[in-house]
Amino acid sequence: MQTEGKSRKLLRIHRDDNVLIVVAPVRPGDRDEIDGHEIVFTQNVAIGHKVAARNIKAGEKVYKCGVPIGSAKEMIPAGAHMHLHNLKSDYIATYTLDKDHVFVK
Amino acid sequence: MSSSNNALPVQGFLRSDGRKGIRNCIVVAYLVECAHHVAREIVDSFRGQPVHLIGFGGCYPNAYADRMMNRLCTHPNVGGALLLSLGCESFNRHRLEENIAKTGRPASTVVIQQTGGTRKSIDAGKAWVEQALKQVAEVPRVPLDLDELVVGTVCGGSDATSGISANPAVGRAFDMLVKQGAATIFEETGEMIGLEDVMSARAVTPELGHELKQSIEKAAYYYKQMGHASFAPGNAEGGLTTIEEKSIGAYCKSGDAPISGLIKPGDVPRKGGLYLLDVVPDGEPRFGFPNINDNAEIAELIACGSHVILFTTGRGSVVGSAISPVIKICANPETYERMSEDMDINAGKILRLEASVDEVGEEIYRKVLEVAWGTQSCSESLGHQEFVLTYKSFEPIGPACLP
Repeated sequence: MQTEGKSRKLLRIHRDDNVLIVVAPVRPGDRDEIDGHEIVFTQNVAIGHKVAARNIKAGEKVYKCGVPIGSAKEMIPAGAHMHLHNLKSDYIATYTLDKDHVFVK
Repeated sequence: MSSSNNALPVQGFLRSDGRKGIRNCIVVAYLVECAHHVAREIVDSFRGQPVHLIGFGGCYPNAYADRMMNRLCTHPNVGGALLLSLGCESFNRHRLEENIAKTGRPASTVVIQQTGGTRKSIDAGKAWVEQALKQVAEVPRVPLDLDELVVGTVCGGSDATSGISANPAVGRAFDMLVKQGAATIFEETGEMIGLEDVMSARAVTPELGHELKQSIEKAAYYYKQMGHASFAPGNAEGGLTTIEEKSIGAYCKSGDAPISGLIKPGDVPRKGGLYLLDVVPDGEPRFGFPNINDNAEIAELIACGSHVILFTTGRGSVVGSAISPVIKICANPETYERMSEDMDINAGKILRLEASVDEVGEEIYRKVLEVAWGTQSCSESLGHQEFVLTYKSFEPIGPACLP
């Protein structure tokens, strides 16, 4: 089931997923195809990170491997990088280090 | 539940309890570290033959270790067992030998202190194994259906690729096996924090759902006592956003099937379906980490009847196991290129978009059938037979665990 068609950078793990995994580095201006629709990336996205498989509404559950991994904090357009800035845990806040190595939520 | 279209071209070794093995090995089991050398010398003289070394090193009694040894020595892949005792350890060797003999398997004990020391015990053990191998060659072989197969899964030497290639592909293979009536077992509750509700919702009854949820809460508490943090800043750098997302790495090996039960080490599923193995000890932490390494978990999956183990790795583990073959599924394409001789399946193809998760899932499924049919897995052909068993303590499972 290679539903992302001609994509050379994005991996769909599960049919229910609304995120895709980046498997080759993505740069602004790169074009790719998601489910038959062409998208143009606007950001750098590193390998292993996620992008939206389609437009995701604020508050919508986000699925990876067919499992809910949290909810969208805001409207996320197809192809946009999804991470701490627009995706939150439904379980417990994620704490991580900022560039000054201070714990941030 | 048996149906003829499930029939594999597999001939299983029929045991007296009705279970069937895909291998027919003799285990040589030491019952205390003091008997380890003698046991190893016996096993080493049968290199290339199906004679496997297992054992328990402790001198003090432990109900968990006792149960594990009883289950392992009467595993369907085992044809007979030789026990090696020093003579003064507290392991109940009489009951173990009796339980093995009751199943019709050849069983014997060499007590080193009574036999007259190292050399005489090695000679006595070798002579016994020699005749036991001839005896187990006579075990009847009968068709083995897929719904009689038990398959366990574990991950080890994981990296960022494990959760997005090999683990979901094992999940797909599990779905196919469950559909055919096989029993599949997953574990690692300590790595499923945040997914309590998601997992509970898959239980076949609400009561089982509650038990599943509790098992993760128990793991979270236990690992906290061990000082084990669950989400590290490096995870976010690698692209993981939430604790749920980190946890699906291990969890997605379970696939999409409903969860049929919760078992503990030594509980054998009596029908097909997907089972969670709770490997975290009950009560306050007493003997340290729940499992000291991957082989401790593999031994528990085997004690639950697993005929085959699906082992996913990103960084590249090489281990196999005594008793049941280990199939290695490599998540990382670069690791696969470096260590291909040790890897049965290259799930790294998924990351290079050369194969889909479904396709690799099918490849794993076919490999399980091949190995059940008798083809050696990579770790088997390289002679891996790792085994470890330590102290633990468990309460029996409650009535809600196996609806």
